[in-house]
Amino acid sequence: MAETKVLERKPLSLAERSNLPQIVSGLKTTVSHMFRKKVTLQYPEVRPTLPEGYRGVPTLVHDPHGREKCVSCQLCEFVCPPKAIRITPGEIDPEAETAHVEKAPKEFEIDMLRCIYCGLCEEVCPEEAIFLQDVYSMTGYSREDGQQQGKALRAGGNPSGPPL
Amino acid sequence: MELVPLLLKILYAAIMLVVVLTIAGYSVLIERKVSAYQHGRIGPNRTTTPFIRPIPVIGPLLTRLGIIQLPADGLKFLFKEDFTPPYVNRPFFWAAPLIAFVPSLAVIAVIPFGQYTSPLTGEMIPLVLAPMDLGVIFVLAIGSLSVYGVVLAGWGSNSKYSFLGGIRSSAQMISYELSLGLSIFPVFLWMNAPGSDAGLSLSSVVEAQNTMWFLVTCPLSAFLFLVGIFAETNRLPFDMAESETDLVGGFHTEYSSFKFGLFFVGEYGAMAVGSALFVLLFLGGWNFLPFLANPWPAGWIGSVLSVLWFLVKVVGMITFFVLIRWTLPRYRFDQVMKLGWTVLLPLAIANLIVNAAAVAIHDLW
Repeated sequence: MAETKVLERKPLSLAERSNLPQIVSGLKTTVSHMFRKKVTLQYPEVRPTLPEGYRGVPTLVHDPHGREKCVSCQLCEFVCPPKAIRITPGEIDPEAETAHVEKAPKEFEIDMLRCIYCGLCEEVCPEEAIFLQDVYSMTGYSREDGQQQGKALRAGGNPSGPPL
Repeated sequence: MELVPLLLKILYAAIMLVVVLTIAGYSVLIERKVSAYQHGRIGPNRTTTPFIRPIPVIGPLLTRLGIIQLPADGLKFLFKEDFTPPYVNRPFFWAAPLIAFVPSLAVIAVIPFGQYTSPLTGEMIPLVLAPMDLGVIFVLAIGSLSVYGVVLAGWGSNSKYSFLGGIRSSAQMISYELSLGLSIFPVFLWMNAPGSDAGLSLSSVVEAQNTMWFLVTCPLSAFLFLVGIFAETNRLPFDMAESETDLVGGFHTEYSSFKFGLFFVGEYGAMAVGSALFVLLFLGGWNFLPFLANPWPAGWIGSVLSVLWFLVKVVGMITFFVLIRWTLPRYRFDQVMKLGWTVLLPLAIANLIVNAAAVAIHDLW
């Protein structure tokens, strides 16, 4: 059985009851903080260094030959918790060089207003075709903006203007 | 009264008002900047205007210091919707901001802020709007009126948060007014000790501190007065009227736009006036340093220097107010009451008695 240690609680001395030494020591602390290095990050000009594995916006990627890797199996659409992904599958022209893949998305929409950046689409994708990038700043002026941004994500580029 | 001196007086009063309001406004900036530094932040450093930014070195510096933040905040208050809730008591609701705002500014009439030494006669004249013999009494009497604004706001708002804020504020004001008033009696006892006749005006207090500040000779008075001023101006740690953690906004919960702005400026104006009073009573006013003769030359250059030195001290006091605010947590209401009645009031009375006895012994010696 653990031993109970009873701490003796001394009554406060007069100096302690007057609060004044505590006020002085508190002032010392706060004043010393005034001259320390500031922790503020001047955001738009200075960007934070993102950790490895950061979950930013989901993006469709291409293979070394420039083919979009997505085969529109729709697993990501099914797994997506907020139902942000909507895929319209399409056939690949049988005459085309990449005909063996059979399917490619005709439409691949990510509603960035719904996306919760959970990364399940990246995890579930059997073709490693969708990745969460280190882009985190997505803003727009209207609901349509947010949906448009999702379309741009398909191109694999940064959807929201200034490069990071 | 002749017309020209009257107009001059009005002009001086207008200038003084503008200066004090500017100081009050910029003490908001001091508050924001100092609190930011204490938190390891930078504080307002982006607000700027098209005609300030392009100035080569000074423009970016002023922007970084947040100089334009004050007009920006002021304009923001003006352009917000002035909403009067339907359930308020309208006359009280509208009168309260004015009643809170006016007394803290009326006090500046008797506050001296510098000296003018005539180059011809060597006579020293204090610079003050209304050279009143009862200066300090006037300050105590008028300054404490602003609590009526807070109480009226609390009552007229017809909301429980405002009501509690008003009640707390009135109780706190009654408790601390006593020790505040008693704490400065010793200063005037010493000034008017037998053989000297300095009166009760604030400029004579400064003259009496020519060689030694009252902070050194009456430290307990200075301490009690400082605590009292903190309580009177509703500054933390005695922020009972507002106490935003438990009362939303306290007495000004229901106020918006310009009326809130009046409360806001009145509060900071009271802080500036309180700082000025402390400087006058205990930090030697515009006297240079203890034991050192004033280096202010005769003529207007000396006046400007003395006014600037006085302002430096006042700004230092305002900064101290801010430092204390961001260092100490707020007292609980019962602790405030207990501190006021069982500690500060007996201390103030004892201080008065001891000093009175000391004056008597000094006289007998």
